[in-house]
Amino acid sequence: MSVPQYRKAAAIALVAGLGFSIAACSTKGSDDSGKDASGKTVITVDCQPDGSQKDLLANWNADVKAFEQQNPDVTIKSVSVGQQCDNPPDFTARLTGGTMTDVFYGYMTDLQQVLDSGQALDLTSYANKDNIPTWDSVDPALKAVFTDSGKIYAIPTKNYSMGLVYNKTLFTKAGLDINNPPKTWAEVRAAAKKISALGGGVAGYSDYSAGNTGGWHFTAELYSQGGEILSSDGKKADFNNPMGKQVLTNLKDMRYGDNSMGSRQLLQWADLLTNAAAGKVGMFIGAPDATTSIVQQFQGKYQDWAMAPLPGQDGIAKGTLGGGEGYFFRKDLTPEQVKAGLKWIAFEKLTPGKGQFDYARAKPQNQPVGLPQPLLFAAGTEAQKQEVDLRKANQNVPSENFGLFEATPVPIKGEPANAQAIYAVLDSAMSGVLTNPNANVDELLKTAETKTNQLLAAGS
Amino acid sequence: MATTISFQDTKKKQRGPAGVNLSAGSRTRRGRKLRDNLTGYAFLIGAIFCFALFQWFPMIRGIVMSFQHTKRGVTTWVGFDNFVRIVQDPSFWTAWKNTFYFTVLALILGYAVPFVVAILLNEFRHFKGYLRILVYLPVMLPPASALFLFKYYAYDPSDAGLFNAILKFFHLPTSQWMQSPTMTMPAMVIASTWMNMGAAVLIYLAALQNIPGELYEAAELDGAGLLRRIWNVTIPQTRLILALLAMLQIVATMQVFIEPLILANGAGTQDSATSVAYLIYQHGFFQNDLNGAAALGVIMLLVLAAFSAVYVRLTTKQD
Repeated sequence: MSVPQYRKAAAIALVAGLGFSIAACSTKGSDDSGKDASGKTVITVDCQPDGSQKDLLANWNADVKAFEQQNPDVTIKSVSVGQQCDNPPDFTARLTGGTMTDVFYGYMTDLQQVLDSGQALDLTSYANKDNIPTWDSVDPALKAVFTDSGKIYAIPTKNYSMGLVYNKTLFTKAGLDINNPPKTWAEVRAAAKKISALGGGVAGYSDYSAGNTGGWHFTAELYSQGGEILSSDGKKADFNNPMGKQVLTNLKDMRYGDNSMGSRQLLQWADLLTNAAAGKVGMFIGAPDATTSIVQQFQGKYQDWAMAPLPGQDGIAKGTLGGGEGYFFRKDLTPEQVKAGLKWIAFEKLTPGKGQFDYARAKPQNQPVGLPQPLLFAAGTEAQKQEVDLRKANQNVPSENFGLFEATPVPIKGEPANAQAIYAVLDSAMSGVLTNPNANVDELLKTAETKTNQLLAAGS
Repeated sequence: MATTISFQDTKKKQRGPAGVNLSAGSRTRRGRKLRDNLTGYAFLIGAIFCFALFQWFPMIRGIVMSFQHTKRGVTTWVGFDNFVRIVQDPSFWTAWKNTFYFTVLALILGYAVPFVVAILLNEFRHFKGYLRILVYLPVMLPPASALFLFKYYAYDPSDAGLFNAILKFFHLPTSQWMQSPTMTMPAMVIASTWMNMGAAVLIYLAALQNIPGELYEAAELDGAGLLRRIWNVTIPQTRLILALLAMLQIVATMQVFIEPLILANGAGTQDSATSVAYLIYQHGFFQNDLNGAAALGVIMLLVLAAFSAVYVRLTTKQD
């Protein structure tokens, strides 16, 4: 081939390649009818565990196979989106780019964002016992979280609330009673001091202050004091008060008064859990599944961790922060796809003994069985009883590890409106007390209040 | 129109009786030229397609979005509302202040250091090649890896951190680095300079090696010392490159993003690391406010365009 011919061939190949690339840029797993060539209904589902979570991935794939055998007219195409299914920037990028799977995972706080994108299907007429056999047992409060103007937009699949997570091994080494964890912030401070005295870079208590997670934990700690982030009409900040001051003062006292929070700050989610898995954190606030992450993602040990109710200023917390997850459905699905998706969610997430509740399978894999959450089913319902019985029969996490947390329910409050924007503002107050020994708590709160009010006034 | 025809006719006439044939020949030539250039056009399609898809379309889409608001899947035109709202964001002015501060510091440190390093390298008689590779090596590291090195190895606030260990060795006070509001920006500039200076050093070196040796010899004969030779020979001779890199440096550093994202986990202590680009990211990807993010992007585009215009005007005048 002569040089000019070679160039022409290369140019044609380039143009053809571009054409094929464009043709390949499709996210749909099927044609508009939602069926493949063999007439099967096809749905794509995200949040498949990634390759590093071998057991979980094997379980998911086995569940898909079993589901497809039970429903030979349905094909599930699984998509992995990383270990943290809903990493906010990734989630927003996929949502904005319109590349969500047919059935997609989201946090409870994502509802408005998903509705604004115009991509969520109204599931009201589909969410019933016919499609999800345990639907009537699902906690109505969780359904309400995913409901807007009387219409339900997602199926809840997880529900949690925060408490005090503590390392039993470090408690024992520090001479603390593992069966009597701190109930107040003063007791947390005293315990943190003893644990940090062990040396070796151990932080007695650890907390977030970056990537919006600082504001998230400030909110939980404010709820523990009985406070609120916003006024009842949602128009003003409501944390610049003695309760907000107490939250920051507690942290500043531990960080600089006692030096019991370690020198490395500006921590966000993965930073703290990495340190915790390495045995460098005595206590932090989190949900029961924080221990799951510590073990499954950061190679920690279940045996080390226990959980108590969230501490309050003078006793057990007056409130705690709750949250959860669910699955949304794309607006352009056919009725057959919606029904297939609901059947899958029911199979994988809402059936005792199956999927996430398949405790008999999880136990030999050293997955945690015995965690008190997710609390998906309402107390006293048939599904709840089945789930509890199965959990107890297969329990591998000592019940006493979570006994106190389970036995002492704390009122659960949801996240405030405009949560992420407000958390970004509150990060600054948290980082102030954790990185500046001369931080003025009053000024930090005043600044955060002013900024939050500006945000609310601007309608951001 | 008639005049045009008449003019063309005149031209044809001027070309003589073979005018008509000449015109046909011209068409044939054009056809051949077009065929000859088809390969070029095919290659061009690829470039145009890529630019259009990944550069021009997102840019135009961003500008359009900055004047829109999307709620419940319904997009409406809102004029300058997003711009007003974004200016009222409590972090707006902090982000601009931090960004300008980073740019100025980077201009002082990140601009001067590579030039000095290039002059030093140019003076070396031996191991020039090895030294150039050493200087260029950090550029080959992925930026995220380089910044994680700084974050966990150099800027560790305990005495175990590399920089603190060095300071302690010389009995100097240690620093909290990224956890100190006053040190956040200088620390980010140091890391950024280390990461990026290799390319600038090589460009400067190429420019330095093009300076005729006679100029230095003449300056030496006139009794000029090292500093005077740099001031009177090196700088004037590399003026254009210096000006170009200054402009590129300003435009690049004003878009600082990955440094705060990795080194400071975003906003840093008490917003000391929040840059404009990071604020865009916050609005777009955390606050469900893509329209506000687009408006801030447009403001940034205008500011950078203004800088570029001033630069072009200044350099044109000088030329």
